[in-house]
This record gives sequence, C-alpha cells and structure tokens, in this order.
Amino acid sequence: MEQGVIFAGFGGQGILLAGKVLARAGMEHGLEVSWLPSYGPEMRGGTANCTVVLSDELIGAPIVDAPWALVAMNAPSLDRFEPQLAEGGLAVINTSLVHRSVQRTDLTAVPIPVTQLAHNLEMPRAGNMVALGALLRGLDSVPLQSAVQAMAHEMEERGRESLVDANRKALEAGYEEAGKVIVGS
Amino acid sequence: MSPVETSIPAGYTKVFGRPNSLSDAPTTYCPGCHHGVATRLVAEVIDELGIQERTVGIAPVGCAVFLYRFYRCDFVQAAHGRACAVATGLKRANPELIVFSYQGDGDLAAIGTAETVHAANRGENITVVFINNQIYGMTGGEMAPTTLAGQHTTTTPRGRDVATTGYPLKISEMLAQLDGPTYITRQSLHDAPHVAKARKALLTGFQNQVEGKGFSLVELVASCPTNFKMSPQKANKWLVEQALPAFPLGDLKVRD
Amino acid sequence: MSRTLMRGNEAIAEAGIRAGCRCYFCYPITPQGELVEYMARELPLREGVFLQAESEVSAINMVYGAAAAGVRTMTSSSSPGISLKMEGISYMAGARLPAVIVNIMRGGPGLGNIAPAQGDYFQATKGGGHGDYRLIVLAPSTVPEAAELIMLAFDLSDRYRVPAMILADGMLGQMMEPVELPAPVDPQSIPARPWALTGAKGRDPNVVLSFDLDPQGLKEMNRELQQTYREIQGTEVRWECVDTEDAEIVLVAYGTMGRIGKTVVRLAREEGIRAGLVRPISLWPFPYEPIRKISAQVPTVLTLELSAGQMWEDVRLAVEQRAQTPFFGELGGVVPTPRQILSEVKRYVSS
Repeated sequence: MEQGVIFAGFGGQGILLAGKVLARAGMEHGLEVSWLPSYGPEMRGGTANCTVVLSDELIGAPIVDAPWALVAMNAPSLDRFEPQLAEGGLAVINTSLVHRSVQRTDLTAVPIPVTQLAHNLEMPRAGNMVALGALLRGLDSVPLQSAVQAMAHEMEERGRESLVDANRKALEAGYEEAGKVIVGS
Repeated sequence: MSPVETSIPAGYTKVFGRPNSLSDAPTTYCPGCHHGVATRLVAEVIDELGIQERTVGIAPVGCAVFLYRFYRCDFVQAAHGRACAVATGLKRANPELIVFSYQGDGDLAAIGTAETVHAANRGENITVVFINNQIYGMTGGEMAPTTLAGQHTTTTPRGRDVATTGYPLKISEMLAQLDGPTYITRQSLHDAPHVAKARKALLTGFQNQVEGKGFSLVELVASCPTNFKMSPQKANKWLVEQALPAFPLGDLKVRD
Repeated sequence: MSRTLMRGNEAIAEAGIRAGCRCYFCYPITPQGELVEYMARELPLREGVFLQAESEVSAINMVYGAAAAGVRTMTSSSSPGISLKMEGISYMAGARLPAVIVNIMRGGPGLGNIAPAQGDYFQATKGGGHGDYRLIVLAPSTVPEAAELIMLAFDLSDRYRVPAMILADGMLGQMMEPVELPAPVDPQSIPARPWALTGAKGRDPNVVLSFDLDPQGLKEMNRELQQTYREIQGTEVRWECVDTEDAEIVLVAYGTMGRIGKTVVRLAREEGIRAGLVRPISLWPFPYEPIRKISAQVPTVLTLELSAGQMWEDVRLAVEQRAQTPFFGELGGVVPTPRQILSEVKRYVSS
C-alpha cells in the first residue's frame, strides 16, 4: 500500500498543517510517511501545497506521479491537480470557494462547504481540519481518531492546547459531512 | 610554559632582557620597521599580565605572517582579513582563553573590514592590535586603504588620487562610533615617549579582556622604510609630518 | 522505539547537537532556514554557542577558530553561501581542522533559485576551494539517514582531521519524515585533541597553520594529507545496492535522486524490467569499486542527477566502458517524477 495525498490552496489556509497532521497521524498509526511542502520565497499569500505519502514500506520518492487523493481548498488547486489524480482517486473540494465539480468521471468527488462549516463552528481558521476530516472518511489507511490525536499533539507542542477542542470538532464535522456524500461510507 | 633561564655572570646586573613570551627566533621584519617594536610590546604586556599560558595569538597574512614563531604561546594563522572572525570562534569556544589578533592595514581595514566591524559591534571580548603603516608591505608596496592622499605606491605610481581610489580609511574613528567596542585608541611608534604610550595602551587593551570588558582595538601608526624607499630616520620624519596629521593620536573610545 | 516527525533541516540540527556540536556559526539562507532557527532555539539551552555571523565568510572562519580551540563545531548553508565558505574550507583542510559543513543545495549557478538541485557535486567532491585537498562528503537520501550521517561526519572528521561535508538538497531539507533520533554522544568518547589551542600550560606552544613557505616543507605537509586521503579511500567508502544481483540495467543516483531511483526500480520491476540501483552514500570517497564490479555484469549503467551530469563523470571513470553509461538529469530545480525516469529507463532496455 502506498498512497499519495496532495493538499492545495491559498497560503494562510493551513494547508501545510493539515498535511502535517495527516503525516503525523499516519506515523503514530505505525505507517511510514513523508511530507513534502512546495516552498517559495514569499512568507504569506500565493499558493501553497504539500504532498503526503502514506505507506506500509519505506518510502522512496516523496513526490508522486498520480496522487491517490486531493484536497482542493480553492479553484486553482482543483484545476491544477485534478488531471494528475490516480484513476478512481478521491477529490475533496471546498465548495465554499470552488464553484465547479470535478470533470473526470472516474473520481470520487467529496464536495464540502469547508469554509462555511468552519464559520458555523465559529472557527474560521479551522477549515483545514474540516477538509482533513472529510478526506479521512475516504481514506482507509488512517483512522479519524489517529488524526484527532496527532492534531492534539501538534497543538500542545505549539502551546495551543486551547485550540484542541475546536479543531477536534472541525475534524469530526468534516468527517461527518463527507459521510453524507461518499456513497457506501 | 617554563620561564626562560638566563644566567647572569657574577658582577653583572640584568637591565634588559627578552620577554618570556617572546621566543629567540629572529624576526623577519626589515631594518627600521616598527613591527618589531609592536611585536615586543605585546609580549611585554602578556608577561606583565601573567597570561602567557592562556593566550592564543592570531597571525595575519602580511608582514606578520610568521608571528607565531616570535611568541611563546599558542598560535593560529588566519586567512587574509579573517582574524576577527577566527578570534570570535576561539573565544566563544573557550572564553578562558586570552585571544588577540595582530593585523596590518590591508588585512584589517580592506579585505577584513566586515569581520573587524562586526566583531567590534558585537563587543567580542578580544584584543586587536592594528598596525597602520599606510602600505602593503609583504606584497611589494601597493596601496593600502590607509595610504595617504597623493602617496606614491606601486599601484598608485602617480600618487593616490582620492577621486578614483578614495580617501585614507579611518577605521578607528569608524569603530568608535559603534556602541559595541570598549576601547579604541590610536598610538604611534616613532619615538620612545610614544612607544611608552603605545605600551600602556596595549596593556589596557589586554587588561580589558582579562576583566571581561569587551572589544579593544589598539591602532599603532607605523612606518615601512623599505616600501617608502626611505631610511628609517626619514620614514619616522615622514610619519610625524605626513601620517599623523591624517591619523591623529589619542583615545577614540573608552568605556568602563 | 520513539519516532518524531521532523524536517530534514531540523533533524540535521538536532543530530548535530547530539553529536556534540558545541559551536554553530551561520548566515541565513533558504532552503536551510529551519536549521539555523533550530540551532538558535536549542543550542544555547544545551551548553552550546549559536552565533549568526555577518557573512558566510565570517561564519566559516568562526568555525575555523572554534575548531582550532578544540571543540566540535559546524556550519550550514546553501549553494551560494557554500561558495563563499570555500576559502575557509580550503584553510581548514590545510590546517587539518575537523568540522562539519552542511550544504542544502539549491538551483544554480549564481543566485539560481531555492528549489532542490545537485549542481554542487563538483564543488564538494573535487575541491571547490584552492589547493590539493578533499572533503569527506556524505549524501543522505532520507531524513533519518541525514541524522545518522551527521553523527558519522563528526566522527570521521575527528578521526582523520579532515573537514566533512553533508551534501543534501532543498527537498531533503524541507521534507518531513519520522526519525528515531540517535542517542547523544558521550563527550568522553570524542577523541582527544592534543594539537588544540588551549593555552600553552605545562607544554610547548601549539600552532595551527595552513601554510609552509618552504616548498619542501609544504610538499611534506601535502604528502601527509594525501596519505590520509588514501587511508580514507581505503576504509570509508559507503554505498547501498538495491536489486542489483540480477539487474539488466543499474541506476546510479545519490541523495534525493537516490530515493526517487528506488521507486523507479520498484515500478520497473512491476513491469518486468530487471532494474537495480547503486546509491553512493559517500560521494568522496566515491564507490568506484562496487560500480566497477556491477558494470562487468550489466549492459547499462544509467546515472540520474539533479544536474547536467557531475557524478556522471565518476560513474564513467568507474565503468571504464565496460557498459554503456547514459545519463538522465534535470536542471534548474525541477525534480522529475518516478514515471518520467521510468520512461527513460525503458529506452535502454531491449525487451
């Protein structure tokens, strides 16, 4: 088993953190993982993406030809990465900002109003966790509980224990919402 | 290190001797050059403060490149201009050491300007001995940053034209503007009273380090008879009449 | 077993501290900023010295000073900064001062860009500074291996009194992987340095020099250096072989390209192509001998690099026309995907 996941969106949407929480959850769940950011000269703004690989063996390339899943937090991300997805792959789409559906018919689309849900939770900056929660519904290699734990560890290390509860709710909200759109889950 | 034993024949009194920190290797300096005086003064000061066994000297690139042969203490040779960075590394790695660099004007004020300015600005607890003889000695009498306006050198054969090569760099005045340094002084080596003052300044510069007071730089205005193509006496006269007006003597910064 | 998810840059910094690095001097440059910041945060808390210098030139000369004082010391930078350090590196090689220099390579030449590249191979392995000298050059391909090789670099540098370089790239510096951190080195186990400048108390003065104006003297100094280099070439060659036994084509790649090469081998084998990989771990000393042996058994040895073909020259020296030696490289910070390389592999496989 080797799965590549791409998180993509605007800088400031918590893209890199969402990827890191997934990688950490995978590691704490006993998998081999890698996390590779795109990095540019600008500190804020612009586009951001990162690639997470989850595997039960040591990981060779940390970049993937055909990612198994995509979390597209904005429209340019979907435009860019949809063609690259593996056949039958998964695309979590933030419908609050992306006003089109996937063009490919082989993909499993998970349209989630990520930004809206985060606002509803009064956690406008937790959209990344909503999206990650939605992704986990379609990802059988890492359980939601591992992600909640990894997120909590991450927040504790950053001295942000106060945000653990809200982020847990965000993860669960995304996971639940995805359950409504992924057939058979 | 053990002190050098000198046996004094009966009936004689020792009135002058080699400082214990100085080796018996003959110096490689030219006749009439002030480096020999400066080298000896530093050894006297090391003896006086009793720090020979803690001292690490840094030899520059230039006429003093063989400095490590002249002293009886640990020594390291630095790349051209980098002595203050090397001193920083030594002192930070082992603050017990007494670290001094000994640099000429090309080393300290041209290729090593950045290292000097930043070590001074950080207030590194080191002592810098700066020999300003307004010329590159070892390489053959080329223009130094401190070469005087109109001065003839092998790279300013028609005299230093300030319009194209800039002005004599007053590095001590520059450093004295900084908040970092503790002690910046300029002395001269052209006669006995000034040598005595220079010795006192060096003593202060090393004492500051022993007391942990921070960055000290002692600039010593010197002459280079060989490359000035003058007799030592004429070179001394030139130093007083030409160099000292451009490089006035005295303390430029003293902080307790 | 406790694993931590760390960036390559952070793992290198932490492993450096655990290896006993007491003084770290630097100048900030991307893509190794996290290494600098980690050291700034951690080293002063662990009895170490962190100092941000005014330039790369100063930073390497501070390393020179700290090494002369007899402590484990390191610096890190990325390509343009390493060029600036070359003067000091040559002096350290001449003065036989041990230290570790980390190069997180980026695209070049000139300012280039901050994307991963391997264009500094020549500079690292053939002597980027002046004079007849070598560095011990180790090239990690994963974050855990980076941590391991930092420890090794300090040991080898101390043992031979030869500066050691870790040659990695921006991808390894920026990516995160689980690391099981090595145990801290017992300071007592670090070899004594009787030559260090500690003050001439109860002994004759120690002198650290990188020069001898007498040609016979300098010849002798160089002869000793070369003798040390031969000893290193005899004992410190490191490499990894993957599926080379039955291979019809063998890839040679190091660092980031080495790990991508592993994926290429797997994909090729899934398609029935018997591919293998040699991954040099020590770039100097270079694993000429293992590649030579393999080249007697396979028709094709394909070199992969994020450069226009630098290690390729060493591969060809090893193969000596026993096999064909094609090259595949990317330039400017572009990283090829495994499938792009696989299609290149297919060009050389007859079936």
